[in-house]
Amino acid sequence: MEPSEQKAVRGVGHSVRRVEDDRFIVGRGNYLDDVKLPRMLHMAIVRSPLAHATIESIDISEAMALEGVVAVVTGKDLEAHKLAWMPTLSGDTQAVLATDKVRFQGQEVAAVIAESPYVAADAAELVEIEYEPLDIFVDPYKALENTETIIRSDKEGQADNVAYEWEAGDKAKTDQLFAEADHVVKLHTHYPRSHPAPLETCGCVADVNGATGKATIYLTSQAPHAHRTLFALVAGLPEQNIRVISPDVGGGFGNKVPIYPGYVVATAASLLLDAPVKWVESRSENLMSTGFARDYHMDGELALTSDGTITAMRCHITSDHGAFFADAQPTKFRAGLVHICTGSYDMQAAHITAKGAYTNKAPGGVAYRCSFRVTEASYIIERLVQNAAYELGMSPVEIRRKNFIKKEQFPYTSCTGFIYDSGDYDASLDKALEMLGYDEIMAERDAARAEGRLMGVGIATFTEVVGAGNSKEYDIAGLKMFDSAELRVHPTGKAILKLGVQTQGQGHETTFAQIVANELGIPPEDIAVGHGDTDNTPYGLGTYASRSTPTGGAATAVIARKLRDKAKKIAAHLLEASEGDLEWDSNKFVVKGTDKSVSIQDCAFAAYTNPPDGEEPGLEGVHYYDPPNMTYPFGAYAVVVEVDPETGEWEVKRMVAVDDCGVRINPMVVDGQIHGGLTEGYAMASMQYIHYDDDGNCVGGNFIDYLIPTAVETPKFELGETVTPSPHHPIGAKGVGESATVGSPAAYVNAVLDALQPLGVKNLEMPVTSGRVWEAIQAAKAAAE
Amino acid sequence: MYPPRFDYVAPTSLEEALDALAEHGDEGKIIAGGQSLIPMLKLRFASPETLIDINRLPGMDGVSEEGGTLRFGALCRHNQLGAHPLMTSKYHVVAEAGTLIADPLVRNMGSLGGSLCHADPQADWGSVMIALKATIVCQKKGATREFGAAEFMEGIFTTKLADDEIVTEIRCDAANGGFGSSYLKMERKVGDFATCGTAIALTLKDGTIASAGVGLTAMGAKNLHAEDAEKVLVGQAPSAELFAEAAEAAVAIADVREDSRGTPEYKKNVLRTFMKRGLAKAALRAQA
Amino acid sequence: MEVTITVNGRTHTKSVEPRMLLVHFLREELGLTGTHIGCDSSHCGACTVLVDGTPLKSCTYLAVMANGRSVETVEGLKQGGKLHVIQEEFKEQHGLQCGYCTPGMMLVGKALLEENPNPTDDEVRFAISGNICRCTGYMNIVKSIQAAGKRMQAESADAAE
Ligand SMILES: Cc1cc2nc3c(=O)[nH]c(=O)nc-3n(C[C@H](O)[C@H](O)[C@H](O)COP(=O)(O)OP(=O)(O)OC[C@H]3O[C@@H](n4cnc5c(N)ncnc54)[C@H](O)[C@@H]3O)c2cc1C
Ligand code: FES
Ligand code: FES
Repeated sequence: MEPSEQKAVRGVGHSVRRVEDDRFIVGRGNYLDDVKLPRMLHMAIVRSPLAHATIESIDISEAMALEGVVAVVTGKDLEAHKLAWMPTLSGDTQAVLATDKVRFQGQEVAAVIAESPYVAADAAELVEIEYEPLDIFVDPYKALENTETIIRSDKEGQADNVAYEWEAGDKAKTDQLFAEADHVVKLHTHYPRSHPAPLETCGCVADVNGATGKATIYLTSQAPHAHRTLFALVAGLPEQNIRVISPDVGGGFGNKVPIYPGYVVATAASLLLDAPVKWVESRSENLMSTGFARDYHMDGELALTSDGTITAMRCHITSDHGAFFADAQPTKFRAGLVHICTGSYDMQAAHITAKGAYTNKAPGGVAYRCSFRVTEASYIIERLVQNAAYELGMSPVEIRRKNFIKKEQFPYTSCTGFIYDSGDYDASLDKALEMLGYDEIMAERDAARAEGRLMGVGIATFTEVVGAGNSKEYDIAGLKMFDSAELRVHPTGKAILKLGVQTQGQGHETTFAQIVANELGIPPEDIAVGHGDTDNTPYGLGTYASRSTPTGGAATAVIARKLRDKAKKIAAHLLEASEGDLEWDSNKFVVKGTDKSVSIQDCAFAAYTNPPDGEEPGLEGVHYYDPPNMTYPFGAYAVVVEVDPETGEWEVKRMVAVDDCGVRINPMVVDGQIHGGLTEGYAMASMQYIHYDDDGNCVGGNFIDYLIPTAVETPKFELGETVTPSPHHPIGAKGVGESATVGSPAAYVNAVLDALQPLGVKNLEMPVTSGRVWEAIQAAKAAAE
Repeated sequence: MYPPRFDYVAPTSLEEALDALAEHGDEGKIIAGGQSLIPMLKLRFASPETLIDINRLPGMDGVSEEGGTLRFGALCRHNQLGAHPLMTSKYHVVAEAGTLIADPLVRNMGSLGGSLCHADPQADWGSVMIALKATIVCQKKGATREFGAAEFMEGIFTTKLADDEIVTEIRCDAANGGFGSSYLKMERKVGDFATCGTAIALTLKDGTIASAGVGLTAMGAKNLHAEDAEKVLVGQAPSAELFAEAAEAAVAIADVREDSRGTPEYKKNVLRTFMKRGLAKAALRAQA
Repeated sequence: MEVTITVNGRTHTKSVEPRMLLVHFLREELGLTGTHIGCDSSHCGACTVLVDGTPLKSCTYLAVMANGRSVETVEGLKQGGKLHVIQEEFKEQHGLQCGYCTPGMMLVGKALLEENPNPTDDEVRFAISGNICRCTGYMNIVKSIQAAGKRMQAESADAAE
């Protein structure tokens, strides 16, 4: 391939500047709150101040009397239309507006619809609700033990607060290996409750047209097609009459995967009032009621031989789901894909059990920048491996190398049933250590220690599983997890690509055009990419779990190839040559051994003006891609920190991240994704979490308490790469949106623990606040005395 | 989040403002930078009938050092003080607080007077003004009252200010030679209120501490005046031991509770550490 | 209450409730939706605009306070059909992903460069620390602002010659 030719086409591997930026940099993005329709009304939700209480009465009269108020909706009103409850993505049910009782602070109880958002807010204050408090459970362990107070009293036959139980792996073999182990390493840790908190909150404008029956729902949605189907199922609207439009999305990170009560109420209100209804969450509503993530209490154990070989892993999870089990994850896997927790290591057996608890907290359990609990999985194994190194007196590098799945072992079948597609873990770790200057850094650390300074180096070598997934195993609410692409090449050689996935900042309008460019030779600037409008795009399950590139990207490559095959027939016709004599050369077909050629643009024109006899005219097609397997991105992260022993504050001195996401479509965009993920990983490790006091009050329900790092706290990242293509993906790409959030928290925490290791500190819980560090140092000092 | 309804007046002279205050009494509320008041309105924690906007009052944002007195107009913005050459060269405690409060955008609007009147125990200016032994000038139609900074702040969100009064000016003695000061603040991120803050002002004469001012942020129900710590310092030569002793005196008056910023022990430990560091920094500057 | 506010060089006279926040005035009254809302506690900076050249949070500022003043929003950056250098550099350096924080970031960046045309990495970070970005990890935002500063300096040097 000639570089100059390739440059013009600018397919895979080029840092093409993003076309979507053109509207964002001039303030002409079209986010949900920018949607304004004639006669549009505004909705405000009245929420429960209490975490668990029966609703005694609701008085809406004062609110209704306020000028500008159009309606006040309560659960009773919805009940009459069988809309008071809705299904969750995990097959549970969730209250839309509470009828019997409230189960968490911030739960939706009533909705006010008014002519302006200001009046809606005024009226919401006037809705009078009487509650009778009930016992509150914020601790999942206590909730699980309890059988007196049943949080989900609405569920027939529910006699406790257990949401589900689940297991994976081989118990007998694992038990046996543990019994035979020379050494067992244990860690109990909590991956705290967090929230994706995209900068744009969730919202919708529901526009049910009373004349046509057409429901157009503008939604901050990461999965517009799935949402259309769920709307059809929940609201009983005929699916052909529902159009979900996801406009520009101001970040998603998993928050915008589920359907939320506000959407259902707004749609019902629009239907009843025959006017468009807008609902946009405030930040506190966002943090307190929609889409939390994590909240996994984990007991992990590794069995090792005395030379540091890991033989088996055990992990028990107590997961806190809040009032409704609303995880957005594949049906078959109740605890997500947490059984990827054997990570990058070759071991003989593993056994994973999980028990989900209902508590008086917000529902959610979304995959926050993560492929269904892979973050939790990666965290526990990377923490355990570092502890194992300390306990066995090995270096954290040595123990990893010893146990890595070796390059030649791929495809590798893990003991919990995943088939890792490809990897080269040693290369990735080598690269990270080289970038870090590992030996010098360790010498520096030891010198610092000798001076009494607390410097630490932390490593995490993670493996992710993304791109759900093949339809045999993966579905959400019954919908198989394939994805799609429709490609139409116009007569002038320009094209439109339509996707089932949905961008929220990842740059699909550019990178997916590059995939087409790569396969079909049409430059990206000549390709318009459409997404987010269910009337105008093929069906797909949406963008989350790093699945866009593995599924939608693959569909795009395949359909482009199919059109190229057809173009070849046209080329043969135009060149009066046989197909067998033609060669594809980046953007044209050349008759082998000659300089005769036709460009893809010539073929496109001929497809409409001069198709070969017997050939269907046009150059268009759709492909639904059912991935044969998941993809397994991996990487090696290394962090250097220094801890202030007097205040417990810690500072990241270096952060080196080597990622292998297979083939990189647009390196600039990939680096941007990694920067973002490393920042969210840092946020989790250092400051960002939601917790509840004993009365069930949410602490972290606004940006005063839910801390998001600014540019000042955020470390400066040094990125590196290795490239191990996925063997089964059409262009060898693996997906990268989440690797850094998954892999980095353990690296940061391991670094702080390494700094404190000389003092004997064994564990720190996230977020590793300066107060926790200081307390740990004091406790270690006291223990040493 | 949407504020409740209110009326609004924007006087363009101090007289007009005082008239408006007299007229509206406890139904009126001054708005300065709005960086505390507007968030409160949005949360509907406040519902005044009339807002009296003082941003158009001329000359309320001046800074001067004349005739042995340092004066700050009540409308001096945090950023203005943080970057002021007089502060960055001489009154470091002011410059440092001015760049540590909130974030750059809030600092462009938020005012010194507004912060003092809001009297959040976690806010920073109160401690600074305690350390500088500043006087707060409150004016109403036909009368003026003055309070020492420590006295002005009474408790959580409460001050000596009457409904019909406005703070026009904050002033303190100008420093002569041998002055050194510092402000240290622990924040979890930019935009966070203090876990602990220490404002320190020292004057050294002939190698001993002639006067000391110590104000503490987030260590109780208001900005605390660490008088005992000041007593420990005055008349002594600066030394690590002396600073440690003063730190203990400051810790002794801290009344803190556990929250997501840490346990009481932790917060007191930060105070102890910051006292020592802040005193050392101020002493170094005083000696320079 | 009637207010007269100049926004991006155009003067608008409108009757508004005193309680209307400037961000809503811009978005709802003038249809300038490039100024965003990302929080309700004045912590995110998505709503940043310049009032008389000073960057501030338009969600923590009343429209009536802007009476008689001049406001610049992201829509005002492009002049005479030509993008501002800072806009070009945000695209060139991949300083945005979802684009939600971008208007605020660019305006703060512009105000910074007017005072300090050649800021260091840490100076840029300090200046944008009232603005949260959830997507980019700030690395490329810093680069964008620095690159814009360099270009603006080079361009004004060219113009001076
Ligand atoms: C995100 C964020 C973070 C913050 N972080 C910090 C921080 O770390 N440290 C800190 O100290 N502050 C912090 N603040 C508060 C900020 O400093 C405010 O600017 C300040 O507390 C109030 O000043 P203002 O001019 O904005 O007053 P306003 O909000 O306008 O008024 C506050 C109160 O003072 C009254 N008032 C104002 N001026 C006068 C006057 N001259 N005379 C009489 N009464 C008056 C008002 O009636 C009102 O009751 C933060 C604010 C925000 C939004
Ligand atoms: S909207 Fe978040 S600071 Fe204004
Ligand atoms: S680009 Fe999405 S918040 Fe900054």
